[in-house]
Amino acid sequence: MVPGLAARFLDVMTQRKRATPSSQRQHGVSALQEDEDDIPFTQPSTSQVQKALENVTPAQLDHKASEVVQYFLVKQQKKIPVRRADLVKHVVKEYRNIFPEIMKSASKTLDQVFGLKLVEIDNKNHLYILISKLENVDGPHTSVSSPKVGLLFVILSVIFMKGGVVRENVIWNTLKKLRVDPGEKHAEFGDVKRLVTDEFVRQRYLECVRIPHTEPVEHEFHWGQRAELEVSKVKLLEFLGQLHDQDPQLWSQQFKEAHSSVNPPSS
Amino acid sequence: MSQQLGNSHRRFLQTLMTCGSVDEPGARSLHQHCCETHNTQYVPDQLDNFINAINSKLQPLFMQIRKGMSEESGQQHYALVNMAETEVTRMSSDYTENELELFRKTIDLIVASDNGLALSTDILNSADTLTTKKLKKTETEQLLKRLVQDKWLCEKQGEYTLSTRCIIEMEPYIRTMYPEQVKVCHICHNIVFQCQTCENPVCGVKIHFPCVAKYFRGRSVRRCPACDDAWEHEVPEMKRRSRSQSRR
Repeated sequence: MVPGLAARFLDVMTQRKRATPSSQRQHGVSALQEDEDDIPFTQPSTSQVQKALENVTPAQLDHKASEVVQYFLVKQQKKIPVRRADLVKHVVKEYRNIFPEIMKSASKTLDQVFGLKLVEIDNKNHLYILISKLENVDGPHTSVSSPKVGLLFVILSVIFMKGGVVRENVIWNTLKKLRVDPGEKHAEFGDVKRLVTDEFVRQRYLECVRIPHTEPVEHEFHWGQRAELEVSKVKLLEFLGQLHDQDPQLWSQQFKEAHSSVNPPSS
Repeated sequence: MSQQLGNSHRRFLQTLMTCGSVDEPGARSLHQHCCETHNTQYVPDQLDNFINAINSKLQPLFMQIRKGMSEESGQQHYALVNMAETEVTRMSSDYTENELELFRKTIDLIVASDNGLALSTDILNSADTLTTKKLKKTETEQLLKRLVQDKWLCEKQGEYTLSTRCIIEMEPYIRTMYPEQVKVCHICHNIVFQCQTCENPVCGVKIHFPCVAKYFRGRSVRRCPACDDAWEHEVPEMKRRSRSQSRR
């Protein structure tokens, strides 16, 4: 769903001239690197924020926070992380001096209305994602049973069971055994390789790292930041236990890891 | 009056955001599921109140859960729509300028048609006339596939129609942009695309297929409700309503 598509139309119809920002995402192309158009943004100090707040009405603050919420929700549809630079450039704009206050308000709204948590997953490049505070529960219309989720789950399981990192050929071989061949176009998933190395990586479910000194280039897969935040390792082990008809405790190392890490949300 | 939201409301909202739209029986079962998952008391037939509570919190965000009828099934559908035009929503859309222009041309075709359908060949031809960057044939086909996947359009045998969710969200826009061509169903008075039209050239009223089925149910003699001429079209059968559906 893309809320605001109607708004795009109104704009196209009235043919308002608008410079297309060079950082506007093209479908399928990663645009998360630094962009020359970026005006460097440094967090304002608390005193700067306080001073700026004096010139802003509560209504103005609320309105900006609403816009930030909408921006995040649209990006959330495709699970694309939001760059702080984009947020400031396209949404916050001249209110950048009260950026922390706006984010606080937006965060609160996302939490209280949508049950979504705003998380900064990259302190250097300042990327944000939304994760659900509600536990993934099977039910009508949920995506728990969607094929893509199933595929992702298989990959995350393999990585987890193998200690947190696997070479890419292990993944491809596992998938081939499940009749999902990355070399061929799959009826359900299409270009499997692109789905795994591009879409899942961009969504931060997986992390794909080049292995140095390999020729031809080989990669290894880790869990991505979104997976770490969203996927319960305890539940994953339980699921695998059921699948293999085995007590999860018998995988002692993984069991320990699953129960030691700070686990994602339960309702 | 403003009711606090609980996790049952939030789960409902999150699910609706993921699906795009949900039909009425689906909304009821989702309501039940959400209440039961979070140990909130589930009262059937309180769906509207449940949704109103969510809408009161969505209003400051210029969003609402709105209802609209499916032109295929006659079922009411719920969708989360954006109510206001702001710079933000414009910038954050994940379709490019020329992709949106093609979508707009598809709407042109659908609105101009008699039956709410746009042929894929006509859409492909439109791709050649874009004022923004042109789209190649394969790009257009991929775009159409995405639009269907994102639940803006429906496709059947090479013909494209507006999805229920699209109609719910875009109705104000369409009424504004096509004031002369937009038609309204004679029975339910809502905007109409896929329909039957009275054959009387002086009359020409349009009626949704499900509205036709409902109106002529049980009538052996079928006459146009507006001009009383014989209604020539084959009357579709009313879809069976499940017993658990409440009558409203």
